[in-house]
Amino acid sequence: MKTYENTGNKDTRSGFGAGLTELGKTNENVVALCADLIGSLKMDDFKANHPERFYQVGIAEANMIGIAAGLTIGGKIPFTGTFANFSTGRVYDQIRQSVAYSSKNVKICASHAGITLGEDGATHQILEDIGLMKMLPGMTVINTCDFNQTKAATLAIAEHEGPVYLRFGRPKVANFTPENQKFEIGKAVQLTEGTDVTIVATGHLVWEALEASKILNEQGISAEVINIHTIKPLDESVILGSIAKTGCVVTAEEHNYLGGLGESVSRTLVKNNPVPQEFVATNDTFGESGTPAQLMDKYGLNSKAIVEASKKVISRK
Amino acid sequence: MPNTQELQDLTTQVRRDILRMVHKVNSGHPGGSLGCAEFLVTLYQEIMDRKDHFDMDGIGEDLFFLSNGHISPVYYSVLARSGYFSVDELNTFRLINSRLQGHPTTHEGLPGVRIASGSLGQGMSVAIGAAQAKKLNGDSHLIYSLHGDGELQEGQNWEAIMYASAKKVDNLISTIDLNGKQIDGATDDVLPMGSIKQKFEAFGWIAIEIEKGNDIKAILEGMAEAKSKTGNGKPVCVLLKTEMGNGVDFMMHTHAWHGKAPNDEQLEIALSQNPETLGDY
Repeated sequence: MKTYENTGNKDTRSGFGAGLTELGKTNENVVALCADLIGSLKMDDFKANHPERFYQVGIAEANMIGIAAGLTIGGKIPFTGTFANFSTGRVYDQIRQSVAYSSKNVKICASHAGITLGEDGATHQILEDIGLMKMLPGMTVINTCDFNQTKAATLAIAEHEGPVYLRFGRPKVANFTPENQKFEIGKAVQLTEGTDVTIVATGHLVWEALEASKILNEQGISAEVINIHTIKPLDESVILGSIAKTGCVVTAEEHNYLGGLGESVSRTLVKNNPVPQEFVATNDTFGESGTPAQLMDKYGLNSKAIVEASKKVISRK
Repeated sequence: MPNTQELQDLTTQVRRDILRMVHKVNSGHPGGSLGCAEFLVTLYQEIMDRKDHFDMDGIGEDLFFLSNGHISPVYYSVLARSGYFSVDELNTFRLINSRLQGHPTTHEGLPGVRIASGSLGQGMSVAIGAAQAKKLNGDSHLIYSLHGDGELQEGQNWEAIMYASAKKVDNLISTIDLNGKQIDGATDDVLPMGSIKQKFEAFGWIAIEIEKGNDIKAILEGMAEAKSKTGNGKPVCVLLKTEMGNGVDFMMHTHAWHGKAPNDEQLEIALSQNPETLGDY
């Protein structure tokens, strides 16, 4: 079984910051906007190096999205930065009309997504953003799993013409994907090969899925782990190819089961090859205060939950 | 001074277009459209430095953004009669498979339109972004935008108004259509906003008033003054006092025609008050 080494815990938001810093040097059309969260989004370097291309808009997210849409007219590639909740739910109509419907080349970069935002609690922990964004026609939705992948995704979306939602998080998590990897939007990454169950995971749950696959392997269960960094467009062929072999799937995400990755996978299965599926996701609930690890445990979003879901789904075959 | 009679003739023709467009599909917003006919005709014909060919980035030319997208009839008519697309296409307004959607959109690729609008309050932010892109590109051309007065009740405007002065967006001229009416009645009855001029000035803008917003000469003078104020570190707003439904006697002095189309008989009366000048589409 292929194994992956954690080269040291890092936050995915710092991967975004590193990517943005590099874009500042390599792409003069990239501009960045932030709504009073420069430090949290790790946009300090870009701001310091390119003050003329950096827009501090203050605590005014709706205005930020509109300005970003306007900046595209004239050929700029705007990257907006704020928490996931304020990047989506707060400004849904601005994104819908001024960005998505208007086909503007805006990159909505959202940190502190999901429950691992931690102690700030449910007001700041959005678990609905993937659903909100994937429903918008023309919107690409990406949720990266570690520092290296987030950096690579940040570079890749600058080359992609069209609106993108890039989702990442606050806590320091395992960094295990290759440094300087090539990031292909819409292309799933198969991490391990297996025959008994397919685990399709996104974001922070990808490492948990790898941990789960090790535990399952020790118990004689062979799991195939797929890293779905792009939720829309979904790489259906890789998922269908895997479940043709395993006959069942567990989806894992730091998001409500309603509207998330799991539902996108379900749709793919129903239309092509219905097999049993279990969901590792939050169960139509808000989050609460706590440490990220405590919350992932309480809301069933860790390797333990993936192991249990895998056994359950195999029993349903 | 340009030939105001030519602009007046074009405005009359635009009025006819507006009335015939909304009548045909028995929907749309004639009141605000009629009130802004002189302004948009003058803006596109005399004030803006435009290229003949449309491209989205609009580098090296002045750009216009319509925030109150429901006055699409006047926008479409002026765009067509300024050469962006055939005037015959006005016949497709609000019909299935048309590029002339109920509210303007880039989605159908209609030349002249750079952003979707209709959900109110978003256009000023977009205009500011386009103005800042011009500065980054070293392009000295200006950004113009138009907003309803009722639309200022949307909070996003005030985020944008605060930002534009803080960031010295001085290549922007935002016009507010002060017709004093919105869909439910007089703005003073729906939600009184006090002095819009004082509010803009308090937010650090230069405010220019055009008292006769349906008078082409007054518009030319007022917009020339507005233009002269650009480049001085402050955004410029124009408070344009207009009459909703202007040019059709029974549509004036009421909010009733904000979002209502005339019937056959009403159309005939309205058109008789605006005789054909340049030819109907």
